[in-house]
Amino acid sequence: MKMLTTTMVSAVALTLAIGAAEARNAPGVTAKEIKIGNTNPYSGPAAAYSAIAKAIGACFDMQNGEGGVNGRQINFISVDDGYSPPRTVEQTRKLVEREKVAFLFQGLGTPTNSAVHTYMNKKKVPQLFVATGATKWGDPKNFPWTMGWQPNYQSEGIAYARYLLENNPDAKIGILYQNDDYGKDYVHGLENGLGAKAASMIIARESFEVTDPTVDSPIVNLKNSGADTFYNISTPKFAAQAIAKNFELNWAPLHLLNSVSNSIGSVVSKAGFEKGQGMISAAYLMDPTDPEWKSHDEYKAWNAWMDEYYPDGDKADSFTVLGYSACKTMIHVLENAGDDLSRENIMAQAASMKNYRAPMLLPGIKINTSASDFYPIEQWQLMRLKGEGWERFGDIIDGAVGSGS
Amino acid sequence: MDLFIEQTVSGLATGAIYACLALAVVMIYQAIDHFNFAQGEMAMFSTYIAWYLMDDAGLGLPFWVAFVACIVLSFIGGAAIERIVFAPISDAPVLSHIIVFIALFSMFNSLAGFLFDFTPKNFETPFGHTPFIDGVISSHRVGMIAVTLILLGLIYAFFRFTPIGLAMRAAAASPESARLVGVRVGFMLALGWGLAASVGAVAGMLIAPITFLTPDMMLGTLLYGFAGAVVGGLTSPLGAVIGGFMVGILENWMGTFVVGSQLKLTVALVLIIVVLLVKPAGLLGRVVVKRV
Repeated sequence: MKMLTTTMVSAVALTLAIGAAEARNAPGVTAKEIKIGNTNPYSGPAAAYSAIAKAIGACFDMQNGEGGVNGRQINFISVDDGYSPPRTVEQTRKLVEREKVAFLFQGLGTPTNSAVHTYMNKKKVPQLFVATGATKWGDPKNFPWTMGWQPNYQSEGIAYARYLLENNPDAKIGILYQNDDYGKDYVHGLENGLGAKAASMIIARESFEVTDPTVDSPIVNLKNSGADTFYNISTPKFAAQAIAKNFELNWAPLHLLNSVSNSIGSVVSKAGFEKGQGMISAAYLMDPTDPEWKSHDEYKAWNAWMDEYYPDGDKADSFTVLGYSACKTMIHVLENAGDDLSRENIMAQAASMKNYRAPMLLPGIKINTSASDFYPIEQWQLMRLKGEGWERFGDIIDGAVGSGS
Repeated sequence: MDLFIEQTVSGLATGAIYACLALAVVMIYQAIDHFNFAQGEMAMFSTYIAWYLMDDAGLGLPFWVAFVACIVLSFIGGAAIERIVFAPISDAPVLSHIIVFIALFSMFNSLAGFLFDFTPKNFETPFGHTPFIDGVISSHRVGMIAVTLILLGLIYAFFRFTPIGLAMRAAAASPESARLVGVRVGFMLALGWGLAASVGAVAGMLIAPITFLTPDMMLGTLLYGFAGAVVGGLTSPLGAVIGGFMVGILENWMGTFVVGSQLKLTVALVLIIVVLLVKPAGLLGRVVVKRV
């Protein structure tokens, strides 16, 4: 009788234990599967970005082929939001409430992610490694369930500031910026980085609206301000216009071009290589077209993966590199989470990466996070336009927000 | 003083962009008595056609062949839109027309993105980008101002001196009376749409080398074009051109010396309102009296 009781008790205890373990795991996690949600613009004006989500899907395919993560297959559900915030809300609710995904990963766009920022944090569902450079994603105090991945705009501004302080502390800076959060984030980063010298070094600021046909007039003003350094914060079309207009005006300042628009294919070559010689920009990922990487192991692995899992993808498109590298970071976090796949633990693992090197980051760049640091990548390397390509120079620059001089 | 001159010249060059588009606006207004909100997107789409005809990835034709072909294709396309979309609803209220304009706007925008993607494209210019006055204005911008003035002359002559231009004005101003004196109103409307699409195509091909070709290149430009047309008078091609240049220059002056760059767009909108309040017919427009 006593034995029976013991057996019964242990059986109950066992059932309870299993129940507890299952309750701890996030919805969407079973013994065989982890469901991950994602929103991306497969249609509409930002459709080019969907190459990132396609790359991520292909990267998870490879991982699943190799046995998944700790024996679980990854079920990556990526849906179209057309870069339209109301649709992001609708799709996100569907993913969280109907599909019951464990968390969202690499949702694309600043306005779109902003639309579900509060919702995700209220629901306590991780909104991990969002694909946007806005600085607002690293706010663990108010939004403990949201984290970015790529270096934020402010950190890039800080990197340029460091470069200027070191190489030309008497620079007279003229700023061209898009009059919205993105533009102001970049301006703010530069100001932070320059610290006390910001007021004396920045001598002119000119903004433009996305609806403006050209940026001619602000550039004429910047030229006349006597600036010798031109900090260009604009999206591809306007960046190309600015490069062409400077050339037309015979204005040859040190041109700092934000990384948003440093694509050789869609900006620099369109404006004309001869017009942009000597421009400086920043990078954190390997450029797949740069012959320097052809013999690098990570490039070779990436290249083989592209051939096998994403043959339709464009190998010259840096978005495929971004998707691949972010996907590897996600896998790293899930592996560290082990069998405790609760939302709390996934978030905790994401917030405790130490010197993790995601493949295809520039050599020397490491991912570090902590409970109070929700900015995974904060390092940059500068590069200069020479001939028909970018040439990296100098050391890796730390652009941690708040680390200004 | 340098800054003043440079901003003025730069405003003149940007004003040429607005003037071009304002001409297309006036053209369609003369033909159908309405604004066409899809005008900018139609012009943008025409420009993509020209780009496709010229580019190595497309047909690789020489510039002037593509230029003429694009104008002809745009004419056919514009007339076809009138016949297919607007002829059946010619008796519908104005609101229906406006809804269709907006539908066309969004269709052309999406279609261009779908067919040609959203990355900026480089558009060739026969004038080159060499400096015309060193450091102030480039050869393309001078060429653009010249083409705008030629276009203005052609349109002016068309409406003033040709019987068909007169018939077109009649068909727009008073369809019933025009029909009674033997003008084929339906044909005139299609012709007007075709011509407006052609003028828009020329405007697009002149603007694209400066702004780069993207599906959203006309979004803000059309607003300034409207402002130009309203300032100059919707019924006057000369007024539209003067209005376009005025908006371009005023915008730069206000942005540089008065309100700062953040409020530049507002200047165009305030201008529209002020002109409509003070001189509704515009600087050179004729006052339209309608019997109710």
